[in-house]
This record gives sequence, structure tokens and C-alpha cells, in this order.
Amino acid sequence: MKILNEIKLVFPADSRNEGLSRSVVSSFAAQLDPSVSEVGEIKTAVSEAVTNCIVHAYRGTASDKSKIEMTVRALEDNTLYIKIRDSGCGIPDVKKAMEPLYTSAPEEERAGLGFAVMESFMDSVTVRSTPDKGTTVVMKRKILSGKDNT
Amino acid sequence: MPVIIDTEENTVIARLSGEVDHHTAKAIREDIDLAIDKHHPKQLILDFDGVTFMDSSGIGLVMGRYKIVKPYGGCVIIENTGNQIKKVMRLAGLDRLAVIR
Repeated sequence: MKILNEIKLVFPADSRNEGLSRSVVSSFAAQLDPSVSEVGEIKTAVSEAVTNCIVHAYRGTASDKSKIEMTVRALEDNTLYIKIRDSGCGIPDVKKAMEPLYTSAPEEERAGLGFAVMESFMDSVTVRSTPDKGTTVVMKRKILSGKDNT
Repeated sequence: MPVIIDTEENTVIARLSGEVDHHTAKAIREDIDLAIDKHHPKQLILDFDGVTFMDSSGIGLVMGRYKIVKPYGGCVIIENTGNQIKKVMRLAGLDRLAVIR
């Protein structure tokens, strides 16, 4: 599908950047004319994906080199494409990690709902992960309240 | 201030504000837990009126407080949630642990 616009953002895996990543995506999404509710859902999905990178991917090994790379695209059918990539520890069992309420960090009061939130708020969520190499999450959401539907 | 704590008889009211995510949840949790520890409230009211954003970190926050107050007979009441926050709470089935009003 044709890419109409694209940005890339690389930032340290630091929890202070969770809010930043949400703001960047919501600002970028504005060109697709989303509703307030669509923006809220997209921001929540982004927050979950970025938080996963910070809480899990670089757990115990965080350094200056622990980066998160986010690519955001506007596709021609008024779809928002978001790719969030880390170079952390990877997920040994993606299927298990995506089960609602499963968490490997209960001591941090993680609810185990990150992927469930992403899946419920986005049209598609794809996770690719290689142990010791990192994880890439790709999410798409067609903006229905945008120009195509008016 | 991400949270302001008020106490009344048997009740601790935590008024949350701003964005509740993994970054802010820690400080909110610590402040609420201090108040729980001190007052052992029968009711813990979490007021979301000033909250502009919440992800599943907020669910962890509510579930964690529920686990603290439940053993001594306390309950958690969630107030003034916007649509976005309600959606996340509903997804998590929080209404089984707390009263949402």
C-alpha cells in the first residue's frame, strides 16, 4: 500500500519517553483526521507497546544503547501504520506473551494486558521476536472518521 | 502532583490527575500505599476526574491496591472515569474487583 507520509523516531528506553511517544503518534495521526476516541485508542496501544520495550526488552540490561525505534506511516487508504522495534532480549514464546493476564513482571504490578489492549484498539497487531535480538510490533488502524468517510 | 490524598472517617480518597502510565504509576502507588498503611480505610476511593490518559498501568494500579485492602475487609471504589479509561477497565474486567461509578 502506498505510503503518503512517514516519520522515524529513535529514543532511549526510558519511561520518561512513554508520554513523548504517545504525543508524537497522536500529532502525526492528526493528518488522517481521527476522532477523539480514535486518537485515545491509538495512544493507548502505542503506550502499551513502548512500555513493553521499557519494562521487558531491556530488563536488567538497560544502557545508553537501549533504544526504541518507532516508525509511523500514513497509508493511502487513511490507515495509520505504527512499527515499534527494540533490540532487547526478545520474547521466547510470543503466543504465551500475548495471552491476556499473562505477565512476566507481576512484581511491578503489570496487569498482563498490554497485547490485549493493542489487539482490541488496533485493526491488526503483528509481533516478530528473536531471543537476544529484539522484538518488532507492527500495528495498523484504519481511521474511519477521516476524509474517506465523509 | 499526580495524586492528592484526602481522608475522611473510614475512607481514603485518592484524586488522580494527568496521565497514568508506567512512568507515573510508581509515584501514585507509593502515595496511596502510605495512606492505606496509615489509615486502613474501609473504602478506598480512586477518583479519576483529573486523569487525561490511562493505559494498562492504571489497571495494575487498581488491582494492586485491591490486593492490599481486600485482606482486611476494605473495598475499592472507582469514580469519574472518562470513556477512554472505562474501555480499558472494562477490557480488564475491573468491575469484578471494584465498584465503578
